[in-house]
Amino acid sequence: MMRGRTIFAALIALAVVATACGGAGSGTSGGTARPDVTVGSTNFYEQLTLGELYAQILEANGYKVTRKFNLGNREIVQPALESGQIDVDAEYLATLLAFVDKDGKIAKPTTDPKETQAGLQKALDAKNLTVLDPAAATDQNGFVVTKATADSKSLKKLSDLAPVAKDMILGGPPECPQRPFCALGLKNTYGLTFKDFKPLDAGGPLTVAALDGKQIDVGLLFTSDPSIVAKNFVLLDDDKHLQLADNIAPVVRNAVLQKDDGTLKRLLNSISAKLSQSELNDMNKQVAVDKKDSKDVAAAWLKKQGLIK
Amino acid sequence: MTLLGDVARWFADPANWQGPHGIPVRVLEHIELSGLAVVVAVAIAMPVALYLGHVGRGGFIAINVANIGRALPSLALLAFGLIIAISVGLGLGFWPTMFALVPLAIPPIVTNTFVAVRQVDRDVVDAARGMGLAERQILARIEVPLGLPLMLDGIRTAAVNVVATATLGALVAGGALGRFIVDGFALREYDQLVGGALLVALLAIVTEITFGALARASAPRGMTVER
Repeated sequence: MMRGRTIFAALIALAVVATACGGAGSGTSGGTARPDVTVGSTNFYEQLTLGELYAQILEANGYKVTRKFNLGNREIVQPALESGQIDVDAEYLATLLAFVDKDGKIAKPTTDPKETQAGLQKALDAKNLTVLDPAAATDQNGFVVTKATADSKSLKKLSDLAPVAKDMILGGPPECPQRPFCALGLKNTYGLTFKDFKPLDAGGPLTVAALDGKQIDVGLLFTSDPSIVAKNFVLLDDDKHLQLADNIAPVVRNAVLQKDDGTLKRLLNSISAKLSQSELNDMNKQVAVDKKDSKDVAAAWLKKQGLIK
Repeated sequence: MTLLGDVARWFADPANWQGPHGIPVRVLEHIELSGLAVVVAVAIAMPVALYLGHVGRGGFIAINVANIGRALPSLALLAFGLIIAISVGLGLGFWPTMFALVPLAIPPIVTNTFVAVRQVDRDVVDAARGMGLAERQILARIEVPLGLPLMLDGIRTAAVNVVATATLGALVAGGALGRFIVDGFALREYDQLVGGALLVALLAIVTEITFGALARASAPRGMTVER
């Protein structure tokens, strides 16, 4: 019943938009219908910025966009997407795959973004959803050092730690020593054994303060943590691919894509193409640390990248 | 029931008794943290309460002000202490925890010290004054010795509270016995968690007994201390 009503509403919207477009007569590729799009997001700053990026690029290209941000966690947002209450949101490949395919029957997330995207698409097919191109930017476990440490020990990637780890203290959440994506993985994948481990928090203020105060040498933060930019930390590249590919990608309802002429897909993919880790982290820092409005930060970034005028 | 066996095995494992994260080190860290918190609280609370007790005024206000310390949630003080410690460069762990523990230790010391001085028989104090003792001498030679068991009782209450609460330090990357509880919870290693909790309880009991014995031993001859 809900679905019937939605389709009816969508049809009306379609008709309205089609008429509007016809009236303006500015469509380049003949008879382009621009479906109304509802952009959703979960409830933290990065998601608001990503939501704004998607919303603003669509608005700039003649789409009528409704924002439904801050809806809650994935447990709320994913069902909203599946039921059509929102049409598009920004997701994280590996985490979403593990969420929609809990037992890994369809596909398991891997450390490779392309592979994980393909697996995720298989799992999303049944839900009539499409995952578009993933960005280079991720939000996953990352290991960081201070600028001073990186310079003095010439560290760029995790494997650079091999000769020096035995004199260094690793800091992270208390469960880190036994987690495959934390200290255990560093040992098994990179052969790194640290002098000591200091139990702190899961990528929170304690880890930042401990790095800043030199109580630890290497800390676990999330790769898009704003303090990486704010504190000038160096995020070590996961060169042997320990972490699952939690690259950021738009997920869209097929119903919207079918009504569209391919512009929406192209626009959202153009964001992913430019969204590098440092670009994302810089935006996160502006919103979370400098307390700027995510709307303004997103607009400035889109302009800087030449994606909107 | 298997948990009890796991806890026993945890205590029996020699690996848990060695190194910088072993039980002896954590116990010492706990004593150091709790001990300093109580010493600081005594240094702050005792002089004020002794003076007010001696002059017999302001006790009601002092006790009520001190009792705010009881009402403030230690967890909030810990968070506040963490922010202050980071901003002034005192680091994580030890000092933020001190900030949470000292206000917790002050109220029983203030209350007991004030009452200890007030409850000294006024006839004795008047007699001392009649014999020509200075006010300072009355406090030092009459009121403090006679009130000492009750004062130590206040310190005992404070110390037991502090020993039990010092576990919070592990939440802000501190050491001490809270480490076993917080890490055991994070790792779902309930043997470690329960083992840590038992050690804290044991230390609290030892503290209780020690100060109880001190209070009894401090009683002047002819005076009995009731528990």
